[in-house]
Formats: sequence, C-alpha cells, structure tokens
Amino acid sequence: MEKRVVITGLGICSPNGTSIPEFETALRMGKSGITFHPQLKELNFSCQIGGKPSISEEKIADYFTPLQLRGLNSSGIVYGVISGTDAFKDAGLELAEEDSPDWDTGIIFGTGILGVDKFREAIHLIDAGKTRRLGSTSVIQTMASGISAYLGGILGCGNQVTTNSSACTTGTEALLMGYERIKAGKAKRMLVGSCGDDGPYVWGGFDAMRILPGNYNDKPEEASKPMSTLASGFVPGSGAGALVLEDLESALERGAKIYAEVLGGEVNSGGQRGEGSMTAANNEAVQRCITGAIFNSKIKASEIDSINGHLTATSKDSVEIKNWVEALNLKDDFPYINSLKGMTGHCLSASGSIECVASVLQLDKGFIFPNINCEKIHPEILALISEESIPRETIEKSINILAKASFGFGDVNAVVIFKKYV
Amino acid sequence: MTDKTILEKIKNIVTPYVQRKEGLEDFSDSTDFISDLKINSANLVDVILDVEDEFNIEIDNTSMEGMLTAGDAKRIILTKMEN
Repeated sequence: MEKRVVITGLGICSPNGTSIPEFETALRMGKSGITFHPQLKELNFSCQIGGKPSISEEKIADYFTPLQLRGLNSSGIVYGVISGTDAFKDAGLELAEEDSPDWDTGIIFGTGILGVDKFREAIHLIDAGKTRRLGSTSVIQTMASGISAYLGGILGCGNQVTTNSSACTTGTEALLMGYERIKAGKAKRMLVGSCGDDGPYVWGGFDAMRILPGNYNDKPEEASKPMSTLASGFVPGSGAGALVLEDLESALERGAKIYAEVLGGEVNSGGQRGEGSMTAANNEAVQRCITGAIFNSKIKASEIDSINGHLTATSKDSVEIKNWVEALNLKDDFPYINSLKGMTGHCLSASGSIECVASVLQLDKGFIFPNINCEKIHPEILALISEESIPRETIEKSINILAKASFGFGDVNAVVIFKKYV
Repeated sequence: MTDKTILEKIKNIVTPYVQRKEGLEDFSDSTDFISDLKINSANLVDVILDVEDEFNIEIDNTSMEGMLTAGDAKRIILTKMEN
C-alpha cells in the first residue's frame, strides 16, 4: 500500500531570512532581501544587485567543524548545510550514532552548480602550474553532489543520498523525488531541498543574456517585480531551502509536528518542441504538468486555494498565468496566486525549495504572503484573472490546498500539491 | 632548529586534522598519523602543504609516501632543510 507523506521539518537560508521564524516574519512583512553588490559594479555588470542570505562567521561555525571550515569556499554548501541541518533538527531528529548510520533516512539535495568560487581558486592554481597546492578540499566542494555528501556525513544518513539538477526546477523536483521514495516504502524519511551559490560567476551568464534588470542598481529592493507592468527581468538570487519529508506512520509514531501533507505532483518536459526551447517553456507541457499534478493528488482544480507560481518577473509572467488559467479551467473563481521572487529575486537552483518552504509555512500558519513591487499589475494578466487573485497585502486566512510550480531551462517543469494536515 | 622545536611545530600543524585527540597527549617520534591520531588519509595532503608552508620546503610524492609518523616527518623536514 502506498504511504502517505508529510512534512515534519523546515530549514531556510533565504536572502530575506536565515531561520524559519525570521523568514515567516519577512514573508508577512513583504521584506525584500535584494541588495546592491559593489563587486558586480566593479566587474561592469549591467545588473549590480542580487539576493544573498546574510550569515555571520559565528553562525557558520555552529554548523561546520574547524576542519571543515579550513579552505571552505563554496557558498552553496554553506547555505545547504545550514538549511538542511536546521530542517533535520526542526523535525526532532537526532544525528546518527558514531558507528552506524540511520538506514531509514536519505537525502535528495539538488544544485545547479556548486562551489564556483572554490573552482575559480583551483583554476588559478592549476593554470599557474601549482596543481599540487589544491589540497584535499577542491573535489568535495566542487562536485555537484558535494552538498548531499556534506549533509549525509553530518547527519549520518544511510538511505539514498544524492543530488539532482534541473536548473530552476531543481528544488521542487528534489521534493517530488523524495516523496516518491517514501511513497514507495523505500525510506521513512527524506531530507529534500536545494541550494545555489551566489556571486558574479553564477550570475554573470544571465547578465550576459540580458535578462536581468539593469535600471534598479540604486533601488535594489524595488527591482524584482513579478506580474507587474514594469517587470523587466529577474533579479539573481542564491540560498537554500530544506524540508524533511516523512512517512505519516513514522511521523505519528514519533509524535512529530506535521506542517503539511504532500498530496502528489508531476514532473515533465516540453522536449524543447513547439514554443519550447532551451530557455522557454512549451506551454502544453506546463499545462500537462499542472493537470497531471492535480490528477495524481486526487483533487479537483477548484479545490486549490492558493498558487505559488514560478513567476520570475519577466514579460513571460503573463504566459504562466495563461497556462494556469487554461490548465485549471477557472477564471472568475481563480485562486490566489503569489510569487516569492519579488522579495528574494530568482534564487535559481535554490528557488524551488525556498519557495516550497514559503508555501508550507502559508499552509501551516494560515496566511498568504503579498506580491511586492507589483503596484500596477500587467494588463495581459488582468485580462486573464481578477486583481483580487493577486494579493499585494498579507491575507490572514486558513488555506487548505496549495499548488507550487517551478520551471527551468531545458524546458523542464515540476508542480507539487500541498495540503494542510488536520 | 632543534628536534624538539620541529616536533612541536608538527604537532601544531596536525592538530586541526586529528580525530582522536587523546593521541596528541603523548605526541612523540613514534606517533602514527593514521592509527594514533585517526587523521583522514585524504587530509594527509593538506598536512604536507601546511608543513611545506611552515618550513619553506617542498615535499615530493616519494617523500610523502614515507611520512607515516611524526618522526618520519621530522627526518624528512630536516633533510629538506639541509638541502
């Protein structure tokens, strides 16, 4: 029999909050985590702003041993380890004993690219003929699975420990992969999430594609404008989000706090056919992903109370809204929809997990966070759904079912359906 | 530099990598990096780099392979410093 899967732990390293209470407050207040980065200006970036979690050296030292801290130069690992460890502890789980791992707990923690600053260090040494000076930490900080490897060792997980990668879909995909594993009875608990490095070497490629806003360098907090008529590109971000998924029986046995239930979801690809390409979504695939997630979750579209969209703040936001409207086949009774990216920017490979954490907090605490920087909604969006569906102020309201979507380069999609656990 | 000073410096260098801290209590020539101190074998290259920086020498791969104890390290350091 298929297992029911619930969420029993949350952890976050977001540009606008690095603990769950701080993040919840930021969500309710509509607090931006976007700041100006002088380094980007020095490097002649067009977009000199970004979202970066603010973490002190003291905090980092709480999560890593002095030995691990030696030569540590991978921001993605720092964010991922902090959020993953926090989620694990939030779930009331103990680190495995010295001699034996916890065979029932696994990790699927994704990333887009890991340890770029460490890799840059290595490239400079190698090009100078000093390869032997790399030491032992170059490989473990730059391998994609470095993040799941670090977490696996710190926590002592003995089930599947792996890293997935599917661009900006990564975090939501990781959650669904962990969900499937528990549902199939292959693990009792899966720590799922994703992380992304910050800085010029990750963000530069997007700046070169000219898809980032260049006209808000002096007012960074206003730059990310999902669904706004003034949306002019996504603001790059970074960080990590983590969730502990657990077999319902195991959660009940342990007496764990249950934040929400994962009802199901869907992942697919548009195959870069039709209007799909390396960088654009095939709309039929997006709609099939939404309807597939609803079908797999055994709910009706009309039961969805709120949507947390992908909505990156480009001119394509209206296309995403159109896909939701057509897939749900709802117009006048369209649910609430919001985008976290107004506050955090687009955290790329970390976005899916950070936004899943935000989605679950809304269900658990009964509120809908506001769409910030969206004073004037894009007319193409208002032609599709009513203004009331796009809250600009926090709504205190108990919601029952929430749909969360993430889409990524490579024409890949993921949609997950969360339900309040009662 | 006396033997004792070198041994003391080696002890300081390996300390961050040591997983069995009791092994440091009677640190001597015969202290084995892996069996007594439980240093992760991957970290031995980091120890070598730190030794190179401290004594301003270069330790080739062959010398590194023979560096199993604090005494081995001391002898290799002394030889390199003479050259």
